[in-house]
Parts: sequence; C-alpha cells; structure tokens
Amino acid sequence: MAKRLMFEKPLGMRDTLPFFYNQKKQTIELLTETITEFGYAFIDTPLLEYYETVGEASATLNQQLFKLLDQQGHSLVLRPDMTAPIARVAASQLRNAEYPLRLAYDGPVFRAQQTEGGKPAQFEQVGTELIGDHSSYGDAEVIALLIFSLQHAGLKDFQITIGHIGYVQAFFSEFLQNDEATIEELMGYLYRKNYVGYQKAVEALPIQRQEKESLMDLMKLRGEDEIFDKSKSLARNQECLQAINELKQLYRILKEYQVEQYVSFDLNLISHMNYYTGILFEGYAPDLGSLLCNGGRYDKLLPSFQLNASATGFAIHLERLVEALGAKAPEEQRIGVIFDNDSFSQGIKQAAALRKEGKSVLLQHTDQIPDLEKFKAELADTIDLTQSGGGLDA
Amino acid sequence: MPKPLTIAMPKGRIFEEAAGLMQQAGYDLLTDQEDSRKLILDFPEQNLRIMMAKPMDVVTYVEYGTADIGIAGKDVLLEQDRDVYEVLDLGISPCYIAVAGLPDQPLSRIAPKIATKYPKVAADYFREQGEQIEIIPLNGSIELAPLIGLADRIVDIVSTGRTLRENGLVEYEKITEITSRLIVNPVSFRLKSDEIDEMVRQLSIVIGEEVK
Repeated sequence: MAKRLMFEKPLGMRDTLPFFYNQKKQTIELLTETITEFGYAFIDTPLLEYYETVGEASATLNQQLFKLLDQQGHSLVLRPDMTAPIARVAASQLRNAEYPLRLAYDGPVFRAQQTEGGKPAQFEQVGTELIGDHSSYGDAEVIALLIFSLQHAGLKDFQITIGHIGYVQAFFSEFLQNDEATIEELMGYLYRKNYVGYQKAVEALPIQRQEKESLMDLMKLRGEDEIFDKSKSLARNQECLQAINELKQLYRILKEYQVEQYVSFDLNLISHMNYYTGILFEGYAPDLGSLLCNGGRYDKLLPSFQLNASATGFAIHLERLVEALGAKAPEEQRIGVIFDNDSFSQGIKQAAALRKEGKSVLLQHTDQIPDLEKFKAELADTIDLTQSGGGLDA
Repeated sequence: MPKPLTIAMPKGRIFEEAAGLMQQAGYDLLTDQEDSRKLILDFPEQNLRIMMAKPMDVVTYVEYGTADIGIAGKDVLLEQDRDVYEVLDLGISPCYIAVAGLPDQPLSRIAPKIATKYPKVAADYFREQGEQIEIIPLNGSIELAPLIGLADRIVDIVSTGRTLRENGLVEYEKITEITSRLIVNPVSFRLKSDEIDEMVRQLSIVIGEEVK
C-alpha cells in the first residue's frame, strides 16, 4: 500500500473549518433551545463502549462498527449511535431516577460505511429519548418536538412520514400465520422498498388470490389520515386494529400540537434500525438525497440492559440539517486592532473596551501582518493605531 | 413552477425502448435532439428533465438524489446494491445472467477462476452453491477469458446466446432473469410522491396492456 500523504485522513473522516463549524454550532444552539424548552436534560456518554454491551445492542451492522481492543484485551466500539449508550445510562446510573425520563444528546457517532463519497464515517446527531412513557402522548410529544426543533432551526420545507412496525407484523401474521421465513423475506423487500421483488414473492405464495391482493394492497397504504379507513378492509385482527387506533390517536394529538401539515403516513414503512417495536418515523427535506432524521418507539432495547421500560426518541442528522438549511455565510463580526511598539498600551485598552461591549476583537502587531490590505478585508472593521495608519481611523 | 422531475435515462438501446414506454404512458420524451451529444434535455411543458447517463451510472445518480427517478437494468441493481427504491418492472430489454465456459470442461478443483463484469453477482452465486472461487474482473469481451485460458468460467449477460455460440462456448447455469426497472430516490419517493405515483400508475397501465 502506498505511503500515506501528509494531507490524508482515514476513509470517511472530514475536517470542520470555521465557516461550517459556526453553522453547525448555531444550528445546535437553536435545536438545543427548543429541546430544553420541553424539559429535556442533555447528557453525554463516552465515545468508546464495550462491544458486548452497546456494540451488540446497537442496530448498526456488525461490519459497520469501528472496533478496537483495550489494554485488557476487551473489544471496544466507537459508539455507532446514541440510543444504545443512553439506554445503558438509563438502566444503570439513572435506574432510580424519577420517571418518565426526558434525556437529550448532541455528539458524534461513528459508522464504517464509506465506500465512496457522501457517506461520512463520523457524523453528529442531535436527539432526544423519552423513557418510561408508553402512551400516544409520548409518541406525539417526540414527533411534535422534532418538528418544532426543525422549525426553530430555520427549516421550512420538510416532511415526517410515520408508520407502525406492529401493524406490519400483525398484517403479515394475518395472512401468513407463523411462516417466519416468508415474513422476513417480505419485510426485507419492504425495507428496501423493492416493490418488484415484493410483488414477485407474493405472487409465488401458496395462498388464495384474495389474500395475495390484500398483501399487494399493503403497498397502497400511504398518504394522509384517509388510509386508516382504507386499512380496515384489509387486515382485521386485533393487533392491526390496535395499531391503527394508536396511529389515529397520535394523529389527533399532533393536530392539537398544530403540526399535522408536516406529517404523512406509510403503513409499510420499515426502518433500518431493527429495535423499533411500535410507531416509527422518518424525516425528509428537499434537495437532500438521504434521510434527515428518524426515530420511533423501542421496547426491547432497554430490557437488553435489564431495565423493563418502553421508550421513544428521535435523532437528527446534524450535518444534513445544516446542508438543508443552505449555506448562509455569516456576517463577519470580528474587529482588528493593529498596534506597533508605541501604541500597544492604547491598543490593549481599546481592545478590552470593545470586548466588554461583547465584540470579538483581535489585537495584532503590525510587523507580523504580511499583507495589510488582505488582513483588513478579512474583518468587519479595523482600528489602526500605528503612525502610518494615522492612529484612529475606524 | 415546481422544480422539474429529473429522470436519469440510460444512453443507447435501452433509451429507445424506455422512451417508447414513456411515450405510451403520456410522457413525450422523443425529440429531434436524440442523436445530439447533449447530456441534459429539458421538457418544460411537461416539467421534466432528462439526464443521459451510462447504464451502469444511472443508479448512482438516483442514490445521491441528483436524479429523482431512473431506469436501470436489474443486473446493475444486483451488482451495486445501492440505496434506491425499485418500484416497477418495466419488462423491457429482457435477458439473463448466466455461467458459461468451454464445453465439457469441469470446474478446476483448486481455486476455480471466474471472469466477469459482475464480480458481486458472480461471488454471491458461487457462494450460494458452496463453491469458493476467485474473481477476475473484466470490462468487456468476457468471452475471451476461457478461450485463452484466463478463467474456467465466465458470468455474463446473455440475450440471444449468439456471442457464446460463435465463440464455441456453452451455457452451464442460468443465474437470474434481467429486465429494466424503474427506480426512485428514497427522499423523492416521499417529497414528490404525487408526480411519481402518477407516473408509476400510467406506466403500469401501459405494461399491463402489453402483457395481455
């Protein structure tokens, strides 16, 4: 293998330069404001976790985990998502805290997924987890909070699509009973939205034509709330009806939050995160080729950390949100104070006074500036205290 | 005016067939510019934009969202395993992927070599058969490989079988049938669902009629 060149970084890693750093920071601040207003408390967890705990509980594919060994020879992973570490914290240190728990996070996660451009191996997620509230009000709060956070960050055009994994499972068991292999195959097609494969697999099943048509009609269950009525003519078992009732209830509450214009439903939605057990959702924005955010209810993750609780949450892909918001170059705020040996005391006073007003001020000796014109052009304003600068010329 | 729906179309033979289907479905994409070298064609009155791409690259444009939808062969979808939605089998350009080689030539016992343009499809197939093989990737004229002793077998697209016959090769196993598919970017699938669902509906009607 060729020797690494000086400028190279590991595959999928990126640097964050001042412009993008500021955009990210601003966006995080806005998201944090809304999340905090809803009473969620921010926490942080280590970048490294044990493979046996967080690594195995995470829904990230094994080959996408960054693994390393610690001094004792234990396998470690760079955290691939924040939900599993938070589940670990909730089940340990916060085990006896007051429930329901409202936790939030902002931090980098790592996935070895870069095979070509556009799929960074390290990216930042901002998200929330509501632990110990299994009501529709909990589901709705998380979705409404997601929408309010995106709005507050300045995003105007976006859409949240909501599904229910319990519905899909109950739907399949009505027609296919316990044929796990077939159900798994069909779910695989749905996850990839491979309608062609799904249709061919359904055609080949040894079941009645009527039942095949119902299985095909599952594809049509996407749109606004009118699909709830449509769904009733397809599957009638108790679990399906209950899932539909949960969705209806959720929609009713979202209307009270006045966010229903941002949501649509898709009853064949399946997420890549396989720990979801109930309502789940994905968010999209125009001109962004991939998911902006996602989330849902997970009831089996916390039990894997020996805590019997239901939870729901969302995660926003921060870099993609910044991209969707569009690059607005922030106005340069910094003021430069240029001094020479004689005017340094004056300069230090002037800079201190401006900083006290809350200005960002850089104090610079004139001899160290290679190109004065360029230096001035980079800043909002300059105060030149040197003889040649003619003293104060702000 | 909303942004036009962008369609990545494969250049060459499949374009003719696909454009014909679209024409029947009510989308007029045939222009006198067909032979021109232009890569982007705009149809403002239908609010459509066509990107002319190499068939192997259509899936890439759609995955990254620079095209909302595209028309791609199942062979490319199998080989590249990209994050796109496969919503409709257009049934055009039918062919299949097969294993071929010189007649009466058993697979070598030690590290059989397979020459192919489809390394992933070939590797997956032989793994399912319980055979450990070595792949030799080639870009074209795959039939040469067994003739000159570079590989034991080839895995390639067969439409009529004429190229195989003229080079004295025989088909051993059929791996899978191939047709062209309509593929959609996951985000466009949601945000432009009205236009895309309508196009899928119109195209299904055309295809349904052709089958009858």
